[in-house]
Amino acid sequence: MLKIFEPNRIFLITSKAPKYVFALFILVLSVGLVEALILSPEDYKQSHSVRIMYVHVPSAWISLGIFSSITFLSLSGYIFKNKNFFLIAKSLAPSGLVFNIVALVTGSIWGKPTWGTWWAWDARITSMLILAIFYLLYLIAWRIYEDKDQVLKITTLITILGIINIPIIKYSVDWWNTLHQPASINILSKSSIHSSMLLPLIIMTAAFALFSLLIFLMKYNTELIKLKNKGLDRL
Amino acid sequence: MINEFLDMNGYGLYVWSAFSFTFLSFTTLYVTVKAQYIRERKKFIDKYGSLNTKKAKIARNQIINQEILSSGQII
Repeated sequence: MLKIFEPNRIFLITSKAPKYVFALFILVLSVGLVEALILSPEDYKQSHSVRIMYVHVPSAWISLGIFSSITFLSLSGYIFKNKNFFLIAKSLAPSGLVFNIVALVTGSIWGKPTWGTWWAWDARITSMLILAIFYLLYLIAWRIYEDKDQVLKITTLITILGIINIPIIKYSVDWWNTLHQPASINILSKSSIHSSMLLPLIIMTAAFALFSLLIFLMKYNTELIKLKNKGLDRL
Repeated sequence: MINEFLDMNGYGLYVWSAFSFTFLSFTTLYVTVKAQYIRERKKFIDKYGSLNTKKAKIARNQIINQEILSSGQII
């Protein structure tokens, strides 16, 4: 069953997919931007500053999703003894870090008109900053450790330690008194966000997810070519 | 009309900087990853071209190598 995860088979798909993903990303992003900047209403309290939500929230969601996936893939790599899982995890990390930074910076920009400050050491913001540090550690570990087994162990350890932070980020607004507002969207119960704002949020999330898929495909292809370069050296 | 849209009730500076930062980050990431891809592919082509006949025959048997050589237009 795990044969479908063989790099040779995957490359046949990943080498052709980026151009289609890119076209779809541009299409969905265009619709999302029209919805987010023109068609969606302003908030009765926050006025137009609420539009920052359409880049801030999807970025935060995707950075959390990517880190969870990296942890799952790293552990699966050990369980199934399949090094390709580690390669997929490594290729996901750069976009995860960028989405994390975007969430932090756009949150900071949103904080100024809403809370009157660019930064506060509250639980949600601080735990997101800690996640960025875990992303950095993960990427740095891949760069500095040359021994293959050692790098797999260290990166997996980083993801296991980092994943503890994910529920803390999610529930920080419920566990502590924070400047950050509680979640407006709930999968299990009724969301407090109006559909006129939920629609652009969903479209922008789809666009950002497509962008992360695009970056993943390009990065994964690069990593495979790197491996093949080493393979040619060994011939 | 345009000024109103750009000003956004005085919040324009915040909204536009947030969107600009987001897309600037996306562009930087895209360009960086694409540059890495082009560099590695070029390295591969150079190495592949310098193989002797025997090694080239072995390399040709791997489908993925043919795919790398033919997948120049990543986007």
